[in-house]
Amino acid sequence: MGEFRMPSLGADMTAGTLVQWNVKPGDAVKRGDIIAVVGTEKADIEVEVYETGTIETLIAKPGDKLPVGTPLAFIRVAGEAPGPTLEAAPTPEGAVAKPPRRLRASPMARKLALELGVDLEKIQGTGRGGVIEQHDVEQAAKARVPVPSAPIAPAPAQAATAGMRHAIALAMARSNREIPHYYLSTTIDMSKALAWLEQFNQKRSLEERVLPAALLLKAVATALEQTPELNGFYADDQLKISKEIHLGVAISLRHGGLMIPAILFSGQKSIAELMEALRDLITRARSGRLRSSEITEGTITVTNLGDLGVETVYGVIYPPQVALVGFGNIAERPWADRGMLGVRRTLTATLAADHRATDGHRGAQFLQALDNLLQEPEKL
Amino acid sequence: MTQTEIRQTIFEALRKIAPESEPQQVGPNENLREALDIDSFDFLNFLIGLHQRLGVEIPEADYGKLTTLADLIRYIEARQ
Repeated sequence: MGEFRMPSLGADMTAGTLVQWNVKPGDAVKRGDIIAVVGTEKADIEVEVYETGTIETLIAKPGDKLPVGTPLAFIRVAGEAPGPTLEAAPTPEGAVAKPPRRLRASPMARKLALELGVDLEKIQGTGRGGVIEQHDVEQAAKARVPVPSAPIAPAPAQAATAGMRHAIALAMARSNREIPHYYLSTTIDMSKALAWLEQFNQKRSLEERVLPAALLLKAVATALEQTPELNGFYADDQLKISKEIHLGVAISLRHGGLMIPAILFSGQKSIAELMEALRDLITRARSGRLRSSEITEGTITVTNLGDLGVETVYGVIYPPQVALVGFGNIAERPWADRGMLGVRRTLTATLAADHRATDGHRGAQFLQALDNLLQEPEKL
Repeated sequence: MTQTEIRQTIFEALRKIAPESEPQQVGPNENLREALDIDSFDFLNFLIGLHQRLGVEIPEADYGKLTTLADLIRYIEARQ
């Protein structure tokens, strides 16, 4: 029997609220279907299922706030015999019925739980076979920190913004605390890239036009193929390179805050497809219709603050990723070439990278690759 | 279409991309994107909205001419 659990939808998310079910017991589901909506501090996220089968039991109820990892539903996976129908036991508000289980925890997790006074019975392990590991205990310890109640209840919009800021604060504080950042930047002559893009757009309708942002995403994805060490995660004291490139895109929201959903399989997309994906992602991020896989699977972040006239972006890496690429504005600037001073449209690209995962030499190779690719945009 | 109607259509297209904004508060010669915090993605959507409402073709080379409300009204008026 498969379990559909409260997903982790952010670097420091410890709990989420089930907003709604899109399925009922007996419904057939397949991998990738959106079966629930979960509320986080940042936004409501549509959550996909990772198994194909039939919904056996819905354990959690809309409105339940549950720790990450808590089973929300049981799924009879394809080919499995139907089990006895389980009715969700009536539970007090905010609580959830749990099936009995054998406690499996690593020695370090048991030791830490004792030190921190955490009840292992209340933790859902994320290790192999559901084993409770050290970080599960740490998460649980963090999750039980009481949040002081505000003396005056904020308006819903203010509460949403406060939740967003809190989530960003947790992730960014963790990044600054844990990740030894190094920064590199380079100024790129964008003349050829923009001339090529203008030509490219001339053949396209207004609805199909491509912004420089999409061209930059394509260049980042291609440069990462040459420097894969910047595409992945740092976990368990080691770099884990991702085979796929899922570019996380920092998207500012109009009421404040930001989301970093990912364009999945960016490396396999053309420039026009990246533009279409970006358009779709920005629209859904701003209307609160992102999917869980887009929130959790980013392998590197790209942020572009050029629209606001920023020249250089010194980004903070989104953990557990190991790099962030920042772009400033494209503007005409003095440019010396073979002894002649002229004016070119240029842009500053910045790499913030995790020194535990890579060294400056590798980071410099990435920026060099990025520059080279943008000098031959027709090959992208 | 009169200038007033064009202005109303522009406001409708702006409200579509920035629902919380009050475009009528923006002065005719103020930079629209700065005043309403519109990024390049939203600006493109705004131009698409204008195109759909008014049928006016806006080549990419003209984006730079469309900075203020007054610019936009003049541009659309000339191409009706």
